[in-house]
Amino acid sequence: MIDLPIQTVPVPGAMPAFRSTTEVGTLRAVAEKASAQKARLVALWGSDETTRGGGFALHIALAFRSGLLWLTLPLAREHPRYPCIADIFPCANRMQRAAYDLLGIHAQDSPDHRKWVRHRAWPGGVFPLRKEFAIGTSFAPSDDRYAFVQVQGEGVHEIPVGPVHAGTIEPGHFRFSIVGEKILRLEERLCYKHKGIEKLFETMTLAEGAKLAARVSGDSTVAYAWAYAMAVEGASGTEPPVRALGLRGILLELERIANHLGDLGYLANDVGFSFGFFQFWRLKEDLLRLQGELFGHRYLMDQVVPGGVARDLPREQALRLVSGLERIQSEAIALKAIYDDHAGAQDRFIMAGQVPQELAEKMGLAGFAGRASGIMRDLRIDFPIPPYQQAAVRMGLHTRGDVAARVSVRFEELFESMRLVQTFARELPPGEILAPVGNCMAGKCGIGWVEGWRGEVLIALETADANRIHRAHAHDPSWQNWPVIERAVIDNIVPDFPLINKSFNLSYSGQDL
Amino acid sequence: MYQTLRQIAKTGIVSEPAPQPDETLRRIDQRLGAVILKHFGRALAIRHVDAGSCNGCELEIHSMNGPHYNLERLGIKFVASPRHADMLLVTGPVARNMELPLRRTYDATPDPKLVVAIGDCGCSGGIFGESYASCGRVANVIPVDVAVPGCPPTPLALMQGILTAISAARSSRT
Repeated sequence: MIDLPIQTVPVPGAMPAFRSTTEVGTLRAVAEKASAQKARLVALWGSDETTRGGGFALHIALAFRSGLLWLTLPLAREHPRYPCIADIFPCANRMQRAAYDLLGIHAQDSPDHRKWVRHRAWPGGVFPLRKEFAIGTSFAPSDDRYAFVQVQGEGVHEIPVGPVHAGTIEPGHFRFSIVGEKILRLEERLCYKHKGIEKLFETMTLAEGAKLAARVSGDSTVAYAWAYAMAVEGASGTEPPVRALGLRGILLELERIANHLGDLGYLANDVGFSFGFFQFWRLKEDLLRLQGELFGHRYLMDQVVPGGVARDLPREQALRLVSGLERIQSEAIALKAIYDDHAGAQDRFIMAGQVPQELAEKMGLAGFAGRASGIMRDLRIDFPIPPYQQAAVRMGLHTRGDVAARVSVRFEELFESMRLVQTFARELPPGEILAPVGNCMAGKCGIGWVEGWRGEVLIALETADANRIHRAHAHDPSWQNWPVIERAVIDNIVPDFPLINKSFNLSYSGQDL
Repeated sequence: MYQTLRQIAKTGIVSEPAPQPDETLRRIDQRLGAVILKHFGRALAIRHVDAGSCNGCELEIHSMNGPHYNLERLGIKFVASPRHADMLLVTGPVARNMELPLRRTYDATPDPKLVVAIGDCGCSGGIFGESYASCGRVANVIPVDVAVPGCPPTPLALMQGILTAISAARSSRT
């Protein structure tokens, strides 16, 4: 299926995925061939295989036109190392550094060996994701020096921002180098929220992991819960009922609607048009209340579970959902016209934080932000599984890659998701909503790959004995998109940073794990 | 402009009544005297600190500033610096990488001050608990006056927690 000199086997599950175990010596050749075929790097992570008689392993997930390739490269127990691929896929840089901080596997010849996940919680030379490391181990705070790249020249100065920010935002550090108001360089330092999610997974059963997966990034709880469920179902050979898949489609699109409503409000707020904030947050609150009534949770947490969904949507409730959305839709259409006509708002949106298509492709810009820069990728369209198979999702697309383009794509996706929810709700197939999840043997694997509202969410799962987790890697599209913000803000003015940042609205928690 | 004004007029006022304080949320005895509370009750400045949440609690803090809950009408507003704040609203288990920034934020907040811990994680560490990467609940790092459970707590529960923190305790917790 993939034109590479390696043997692959299919990974059982809903999405087309293939797995290959190959020599670490072939990594660069494979990465170069994949890049030449326009494949994108979805994720890079490591694992400790010493409990399974090995050393360590490096894993990379590459998205081809025909599906996902999960490549596993065994590494030695002593001095585990592999060749750096960040020159081929720039987004690999931070993932390689994270893999070192957590597992001590080393990317050779990388120009950037600075720490990433590790701040002061544990000392260098200690690797929390190694199997011998006990999760409860704690250390006296260690030294936390970090070498930001310095910009020098007449009139250049730095503005350090965060980790505690001025608004209600997640923590992270931004180091601006500026001249006057103009941004010459931005460097991000993240992982303040690292709370050991991947290590926690390894203390859990497959069933327990669902609740944790739903809390990797709260604003994408449905996407993560579905990805996790998909991985468990693949590994255990469970077939979720078709009605459950229809309901999952409804939940995922509702999550997309709620997030776009909220962000469209904030984007107006950030240009001093507070009318937009209050109007969109009124609509968002109406939707959250409806979700709370129909599903028992305003943000739909823990609704998608391995085997299906937790709660059914009877016919009269489905009709309530449809009519509630129709009301929100007609108001959002009126608000879009007001946004489009608002010269002050458009003046701030247009050409702010531009990401040209070439840069977006090189950096692997994911999700709606990628589509606003002309990247025509959407898992719901590229690999339509039920219920998307029948719905023929229309892609929101723009080419300019600025804040205005991201606003435009968000509006398009908002209305398309409303259409999808209404279609899914009207055409919900009858039947059960939950299939029992069978026992899962050790050594099985599963892939969950879902187009969340922000972009593609990946869960790569390997099982241990007694229905436990050997390794679960959760990957947020924010890994790809955070480095792009560093580029998008160059030559913009500092006061436009909050606007540009909000137009992407990336997850810190999903990146920091 | 006409369309904007028309939409405002059509929408009207959607704000709803605020909840009453709830003494069961209080974790330590009211630290502040009646005179101070009288002032806080009319103009309270809050600094939000995310110490490691999944970002779910932040969604509801945003909601609290939306038109249905309209926190600002109660004289309560969010400020950009702890130096301007009377109260810290802290979400998440405290990630060990956020332990020092949280302590520094607390120290930078002038006395008299209050702390409200938000969510199951803020109250108990939640699903993340205590580990090499997490200090667990907020009270493990700084003193907490009021803790609001929920995953995430609703905007009404959040408002109730804030209002409890600035109300005089009717019965002292033992």
